[in-house]
Amino acid sequence: MFRIVFIAISIIASPLFAQETVVVDLSQNRIEITATYSGSNIFVFGAVKRDTPLPAGTGSLDVAIVIEGPLETVTVRKKEKKLGIWVNSDAVEIHRAPSFFTIATTRPLEEMLNEGDRRDYAIGLDYAVRPQPDAEDDIDANIESFAEAVVRIREDDGLYSQREGLVNLTDDILFEAGISLPANLVEGDYTARIYLVRDKNIVADAAVEITVRKAGLEAWLYDLSRENSLLYGLLSLLVALVAGYGASEIFRRLKR
Amino acid sequence: MLIYLPIAEVSVNIFVLLGLGGLVGMLSGIFGVGGGFLMTPILIMIGIPPAVAVATEANQIVASSFSGVLAHFKRKTVDIKMGLILMLGGLVGATLGVQIFKYLKSIGQVELLVTLSYVVFLGLVGSMMFVESLNAIRRAGKPGAKPKKKKHSWMHGLPFKTRFRTSGLYISVIPPIIIGVAVGILAAIMGVGGGFIMVPAMIYMLGMPTKVVVGTSLFQIIFVTAYTTLSHAMQNFTVDAILALLLIIGGVIGAQIGTRIGVKLKAEQLRILLAAMVLLMCGKLALDLLLVPSEIFSIGAGGE
Repeated sequence: MFRIVFIAISIIASPLFAQETVVVDLSQNRIEITATYSGSNIFVFGAVKRDTPLPAGTGSLDVAIVIEGPLETVTVRKKEKKLGIWVNSDAVEIHRAPSFFTIATTRPLEEMLNEGDRRDYAIGLDYAVRPQPDAEDDIDANIESFAEAVVRIREDDGLYSQREGLVNLTDDILFEAGISLPANLVEGDYTARIYLVRDKNIVADAAVEITVRKAGLEAWLYDLSRENSLLYGLLSLLVALVAGYGASEIFRRLKR
Repeated sequence: MLIYLPIAEVSVNIFVLLGLGGLVGMLSGIFGVGGGFLMTPILIMIGIPPAVAVATEANQIVASSFSGVLAHFKRKTVDIKMGLILMLGGLVGATLGVQIFKYLKSIGQVELLVTLSYVVFLGLVGSMMFVESLNAIRRAGKPGAKPKKKKHSWMHGLPFKTRFRTSGLYISVIPPIIIGVAVGILAAIMGVGGGFIMVPAMIYMLGMPTKVVVGTSLFQIIFVTAYTTLSHAMQNFTVDAILALLLIIGGVIGAQIGTRIGVKLKAEQLRILLAAMVLLMCGKLALDLLLVPSEIFSIGAGGE
């Protein structure tokens, strides 16, 4: 496996603990989805850098790692019983639903981080989907229940998860976490956000990009289906006819 | 062993797909139905996006039907003339069906109407065939019973009569064209080859002999589903070549086995088995509409 050059990290230091910064890298910045792709493991590791020694009486350190897939717009439909059968009735477009969302932390999230920071930085499954209601929608009042449904359904699909206690922190300096990515990953630019937390407040953060791309045959087929759909369609038919003929011939010979 | 499907964008066990293809292909060979009415809902159940399932299934039906029809050609149980006429109607119907499908999609009720048409047509066709084959078996039990003479109906008064030598029929081309159009529309809306409607229609409405019905149905299904595959590939980009290939490999092998089993079964047994299967799938879909769903929300792709 090739290690890609260390990516420069955006660092926003909190005013309170300006002397602490976080340095992070990933075991891989690029995930290639090939035909045999069946999920992968990404290893996030890093260290806390301090320019000055910590003042006495500072609380313990915690780390939260958020890996997020590309944001997409989805239509969420709600079924209702009408005339005895269940039919789709209300539909809401959710504009900022990440295709993938996972959080790994050193401790249970609510215990280690304040609510305001959790909301502002979207740390937690409850903040994974941030609905931006349309002005025209009359059903904005219960848009929350639609956003919650996205989280619930994707949690069941293994796309959203919260893994408390997965991050190992050593001597308040080194941390690491092995985060598994599911097989039903979609292409796009993913981000890994890393937050240092002290006394329930974020003191430093960093972000690293992860590129997920189809590769090899997968990429070739996908591109062909989009760029030359007629050829792709004809090719699919040809394969079907050849396979049909081939099977018929093989069985005819076998019978003799 | 998992394999990642490039268009469906999900990872699925390769042996599940091969097995499914084989099973449905076998049914296809036995009954002369494409098997889409079974495969499409099953693919959706294992997590393939519905649009991809419908389009890819069409591609798979091309292969299994082609493999099946070759065996029928050797036994000379394909009425090519009838098949071509049905196909003409089918292409017109499929074109109409795609337009209807698009319209339903724009008003957001395509899922409901697809399920409803499945329930209605599977229910109607299934119970008709079931009752008919039960009667046939009962009649066959009594040695004194006379076989039914071919009835003269309103169909025989229509113009453009032509002789279908293989089927031993002398009828107007209008009923086969109408049947072709109707099945074509349903095929495009329901994402199936339409064999499960075509086969009974040929037996009960056109009065074709059972032994040529299967081959002729497969023959015209090839063309209609090939057309559907191309339309989906070019308009919706939803044909998954890898998924199709795996289903095809399983399917063509299954179809060959099925065709050989089909020859050994009696026509009545064949029909009652098919009827039972059609009714089973109908019941399953009806329950989905009636029972409280475990999740009342569903996620669809992007904005319209």
